[in-house]
Amino acid sequence: MKVNMKGTLLSFMGLGAILLAGCNDKLAVLDPKGPQAQRQADDTMLLIYLMSGIVLTVLAILVFMLFKYRASKQSPDYEPPHIHGHWLVETIMIGIPVIIVIFLSFVSVKSNYIVENVPQEYEDQEPLVIYASSSNWKWHFSYPEQGIETVNYLYIPAGRSVEFKLYSYGPITSFWIPQLGGQKYAMADMVTTLHLAADNPGEFWGRNANFSGRGTAENIFDVTALTQTEFDEWVTEVHETAAPLTEEKFDELLEPGHLGKQTYTGTHLEFSPAPEHNHESSDEEKEDEEDHSSH
Amino acid sequence: MSEFFAQFAVPHPSTLIYIAMASIVLGSIALVAIVTYFKLWGYLWREWITTVDHKKIGIMYLITALVMLFRGGVDAVMMRLQLAIPENGFLDAQHYNEVFTTHGVVMILFMAMPFITFFFNFLVPLQIGARDVAFPRLNNLAFWLFFMGMGLFNISFIVGGSPDSGWTSYFPLADNEFSTSVGTNYYMLALQIAGLGTLMTGINFITTIMKMRAPGMTLFKMPMFTWSALIANLIIVFAFPVLTVALAMGTMDRLWDTKFFAIGDGGMDMLWANLFWVWGHPEVYILILPAFGIFSEVISTFARRNLYGYTSMVWSMILISVFSFAVWTHHFFTMGQGAFTNSIFSITTMAIAIPTGVKIFNWLFTLYKGKIVITTPMLYALHFIPLFTLGGVTGVMLAMSAADYQYHNTMFLVAHFHNVIIPGVVYAMLAGLTFYWPKMFGFMLNERLGKATVWVMSIGFVLSFIPMYITGLDGQARRMYTYSDAAGFSTLNMVSFVGAGIMSVSFLMLVWNIWYSFKNSPRDIGSDPWDARGLEWATHTPIPHYNFAITPDVTDSNSEAFWDYKKNGTKLFKGEIQDIHMPNNSGQTFILSIFFFIGGFALVFSMFTLAIISLIGILACMGYRSLEDDHGYHIHKEEVELIEKKYEKEGGAK
Repeated sequence: MKVNMKGTLLSFMGLGAILLAGCNDKLAVLDPKGPQAQRQADDTMLLIYLMSGIVLTVLAILVFMLFKYRASKQSPDYEPPHIHGHWLVETIMIGIPVIIVIFLSFVSVKSNYIVENVPQEYEDQEPLVIYASSSNWKWHFSYPEQGIETVNYLYIPAGRSVEFKLYSYGPITSFWIPQLGGQKYAMADMVTTLHLAADNPGEFWGRNANFSGRGTAENIFDVTALTQTEFDEWVTEVHETAAPLTEEKFDELLEPGHLGKQTYTGTHLEFSPAPEHNHESSDEEKEDEEDHSSH
Repeated sequence: MSEFFAQFAVPHPSTLIYIAMASIVLGSIALVAIVTYFKLWGYLWREWITTVDHKKIGIMYLITALVMLFRGGVDAVMMRLQLAIPENGFLDAQHYNEVFTTHGVVMILFMAMPFITFFFNFLVPLQIGARDVAFPRLNNLAFWLFFMGMGLFNISFIVGGSPDSGWTSYFPLADNEFSTSVGTNYYMLALQIAGLGTLMTGINFITTIMKMRAPGMTLFKMPMFTWSALIANLIIVFAFPVLTVALAMGTMDRLWDTKFFAIGDGGMDMLWANLFWVWGHPEVYILILPAFGIFSEVISTFARRNLYGYTSMVWSMILISVFSFAVWTHHFFTMGQGAFTNSIFSITTMAIAIPTGVKIFNWLFTLYKGKIVITTPMLYALHFIPLFTLGGVTGVMLAMSAADYQYHNTMFLVAHFHNVIIPGVVYAMLAGLTFYWPKMFGFMLNERLGKATVWVMSIGFVLSFIPMYITGLDGQARRMYTYSDAAGFSTLNMVSFVGAGIMSVSFLMLVWNIWYSFKNSPRDIGSDPWDARGLEWATHTPIPHYNFAITPDVTDSNSEAFWDYKKNGTKLFKGEIQDIHMPNNSGQTFILSIFFFIGGFALVFSMFTLAIISLIGILACMGYRSLEDDHGYHIHKEEVELIEKKYEKEGGAK
């Protein structure tokens, strides 16, 4: 029996070691480069410590019970007593989890509002709006302010909040740039909003994290955060060199398959607008919208 | 003619599928030949196919579950093999998608569900001192409907193609536009038919437990497994109709181009996700609560002590069942429903951790002042406690909605739910299987092999799934058939593959143990080889088909009636042996289920004439049944006494 106990202990220590080693190794989610990802990484680390504490407590009690009360240590005529419960034990047993859950609820609600809104550090300036839409199995990024559209890559200014408007020309996808912040769904019949920001210039990767058919694994894109000046230069350069995006060209891009990186002037929003319905609108208004879309 | 057969062709054939086809055909021929050679058809029909005996129906569920565990396990190993090396060419994207879809459906619905239903069937009537379930013939129908649903789903990969849009089958991906084979039709119809069976099981067992308990068995004297079965079946009755409706809508979208979930024309893709998880989340608790019940029985038996905090255990299960319907949105925190909605569902989800924690501590305190004997079932339970706690706390991590934006759809999530389902459900099922094996078959499984199996399984489990937490945090999304070397998680994926290999060794050890023990284990083990506590051990082994010659009376006993009898001499069987009324076998239910199978198959391929013919067949069977008089039969007193005498020398509990 002793060997078994040791085995359990060892495997859990090994497990803890793997987890800790993982943390030092800068896993994408734990290597945040923006305020939203930072909050999520902080929450994750808090949870890892707290939850390890719980697992270790349970393990310690289990090991104690096994050592103390195993049959081989007791006299053959020992009769275990009939115990129903004890008010103090049960209060502690329910009370501590309640306290932990209440504490985590506060953290969770606070984080929800932080992650759903413009990062506090960048609240003083207007966010850059980018429409990110997916089609099988590509990403189309429209910059309405700049009059630019890219495929499968993103340039964003560092030190400024970016407001992504997400939707899909097909199955549900999920827009995810781990180092800048967690993901959100892009769906065909509504637009979702995701606020991200990069603190400093740098390169990141993003992907569709939701299964959307055969090409999902390669449904990835590159993200580059530039300084504001570099970003402006890039915009000017695109206007000078890139071809305009026509409706025919865009329809061609929507065909299922993979594409490399592409750059256009103009956006598809002009001829193929985002499905920005107001889901809380009354039925009459909805009918109006449907009328518009059919024109 | 060739056009007719072309529609059944597999759209993405591969060598592996051809091998599977060949082995299925050869296997079936061999099976038919063996049954015919040994003239077993009559035996099978009389003793098994038409049986209304809850114990035999239970064993049929068990066999189905073990076969499906093998199939789902092969799928799992194929996935881990594909991901072991970056840019591996073992499976292509389409094949991988079909494999993970099948793995999910098979493991949840056709492995875990029949496994728990096996325990409902085998144990509940024995634990409450009943002769059978409330509706024995409905029980047989429920099994065959489930079995036909399972069969329909399992033939998909050799006739027409497997479903390929994930076990969650999210629309619009699952719609005709993006999922072009008939695979998703199979999904919709097979789950529908199997789900009908499950719903019948739910109704049957609620009625059984409410109406057929032994005299004196108040609700709070019921054994813990019976409690968990009652609550799980209540959840079934509330949750499965939602699946029925969702599948019906999905079937209509696929077959008749309605637009409930399809994009364009007002279809709402997330409506499917909502309906699916309104069923799907409670489904998780349908699986885990009976597992908790089994662990409660095992832990109290081998701690040689009564279960600590019986009342809080029951109330925590009731709370969990209520909460289970209030958390479904946590499956799509990232749908863009805003901070307020996410906060509500984040809190309700974390709240489930409280009653679950209570149960963990109750099991720990059951060990307190006990006399712990480490047997194979106990070893499963002892491994379950820390492993499941780990899965539980990562569940709390996922419940933090803001942080979940980073875990959602990643291998972290995959690690979490395997971390609760394997140590939770699978360990419980195998613990229960080992524990009740002697009651079912009259011999014990080998203990050395059994304990070794547990250790190999746990080592395999840790190696398979712990690395996934890390690759998930490193950005490995789930359901991706490949990844580049540059992604940097190839080493950990290789470790996972090795772990999966070790886990499959443990499955082979289990199979070997069954064979080895069948050959070598002694048969004179009596009716109570574990020195157990519940009423189910108070009858003979093998169990006579009437279960108890005299209905037990537990008025003076506590929740562990048999233990009370052994230790305090509380009388269990009062009165005399009398004539016993038993239900008749019936073959109608099997025929009715065949019509369901044919109808389902016809609808998969839109062969509507055939579907209408089978509908007429179904209605005809039901009509026939409603006009039939069947009052069952009596086993006469003298016959019961004769059977009981044969057992006398072994010494039962009387």
